[in-house]
Amino acid sequence: MSTDRPLLETADLDAGYGEVNILHGLSIAVPRGAIVSVIGPNGAGKSTLLKAIYGFLKPRRGTVVFRPDGAEHDITGMKPNKLTELGMNYVFQLDNVFPNMTVRENLEMGAYLRGGKPDKEILERIHGWFPRLDERRRQRAGTLSGGERQMLALGRALMSDPKLLLLDEPSAGLAPSVVDVIFEKLQEINGAGISIVMVEQNARRSLEMSDYGYVLDMGRNHFEGAGSKLLHDESVVELYLGGRGRLAAAQLIADEDYEAKPGDAPRRQGRFRHEQDKEKRHE
Amino acid sequence: MNELLQLIANGLVTGSIIAIAAIGLSLVYGILKIVNFAHGEYLVFGAYMALVVNVTWGQSLVLGALFAMIMTALLGIALEFGLWRPIRRRGAGIVSLLIVSIGLALVLRNSILLWQGGAPRRYDVDVFQVYELGPIRLSLSQIVVIVVASVVIVGIGLLLARTTLGKAMRALSDSRDLASVSGIDTDRITAYTWIVGSALAGLGGVLQGLVQNAFEPNMGFRLLLLIFAAVILGGVGSAYGALVGGLVLGLMMEVSTWSALPAGGVDSVYKPVVAFVVLILVLIFRPQGIFGRARTV
Repeated sequence: MSTDRPLLETADLDAGYGEVNILHGLSIAVPRGAIVSVIGPNGAGKSTLLKAIYGFLKPRRGTVVFRPDGAEHDITGMKPNKLTELGMNYVFQLDNVFPNMTVRENLEMGAYLRGGKPDKEILERIHGWFPRLDERRRQRAGTLSGGERQMLALGRALMSDPKLLLLDEPSAGLAPSVVDVIFEKLQEINGAGISIVMVEQNARRSLEMSDYGYVLDMGRNHFEGAGSKLLHDESVVELYLGGRGRLAAAQLIADEDYEAKPGDAPRRQGRFRHEQDKEKRHE
Repeated sequence: MNELLQLIANGLVTGSIIAIAAIGLSLVYGILKIVNFAHGEYLVFGAYMALVVNVTWGQSLVLGALFAMIMTALLGIALEFGLWRPIRRRGAGIVSLLIVSIGLALVLRNSILLWQGGAPRRYDVDVFQVYELGPIRLSLSQIVVIVVASVVIVGIGLLLARTTLGKAMRALSDSRDLASVSGIDTDRITAYTWIVGSALAGLGGVLQGLVQNAFEPNMGFRLLLLIFAAVILGGVGSAYGALVGGLVLGLMMEVSTWSALPAGGVDSVYKPVVAFVVLILVLIFRPQGIFGRARTV
């Protein structure tokens, strides 16, 4: 039986845009029931990894294997809707709700594979985690606040009753108090048996709640280990968790679409989180 | 006052045809980001398909309209598989798609011209039958248009608001990637969108051919600009908006000729000018359209 083998595994994954590879032979494994964090500096290929897993980017080399319910599926380059059928779901960092549809309709779309009819039990569970979604069910998703939007994005993804959730920066652009709520709920969701792969800028927070972590750099696997181990690993702390006053650097916000290309000058986005929050609110 | 009522009735007739045609254009734009300049030719194609049934084969126009919807839907789906999808797969941008649609419009229009000639044609129906409803005089064709259009408009509204297919279409037009993550087979819903949009275009063509009494292959292009205006007026990509935009435009055009207006209203030759003045005003004061939502890129 493959139940003790990882739920999701990528092996030697190469992927990128145009002529340029962003991922170079990347291998990660997600144990059943675990929370796995993928951290690393801007342009390390964190978001690219999620896109390559979910079929938005065709891997040039390597394989992705998904093992829900004992069966093993080679999902390399499979169409996104097929992956959702197999029991995965994906929350984008941006544009992660249908803005012109109501909260309720967003959840119904999450249950599209059940003919758009939400399973009562699942819906109740989601409303239990995010009561706000029930209160605002008639409201257009485009009018929600940043935190509510993230809740709805998670709710939509959970409606398909996934075994595995891929999350792209679930805390990006949210107020600190909202980040606390989201992370707390993620742990509850994981407690309900849903495995999570999370790409995060907020490295410390995400490693704290993770069973396992990967530190990427330049599209390669730089460090890996149990979340608590990485948190206390000196070189990881040094590079990514703010040793020697690098705390500020870790909080700098990535230009989401920027991926490092060979030959690019080192580049750093000079905007702090609170500035980006301000911009978000104007959208 | 009676004149105004009459103009409103006429406006509803014009407006509902524009609305029916505009829904298809708006759905396709919303989902595929194709500004389809060939949409007017889909209307003409439908009009001629009904003509074949009604005049060449001597069958009823109702049958002709159904045939027109089916054939135009087939045309739409065939072009999706044979033209649009291969081009999209090669990564064509919005401008390339637009240019292709202009080329397609020319090909379709001239094919119809080659096939049916350029002389005005008319359906085999009694155009002199006029009914008086109180102060309003409507021809049978106009009544048919209003009835058919109301049924279709309500039907489309329900489709979009209530059915899973309609919601999936709206989801796709909101965000294609998010729709696919939700398990929606985007290729399939895209095909359905072409079917619905093209069938409506075919029907719109028959109705327009009916009310304007005689038509020729250029009918589509003349109507296309009004259809675009309706789509923009309602908010690009919003199917509800296209409905309302079409009706508003039709009413504006007709009511602007009301003799009680200053200077005796607009000369009816200039009705399309009124439509575009309305469009320009909307673009200045509410660029996202009546029903559109302002969004930052």
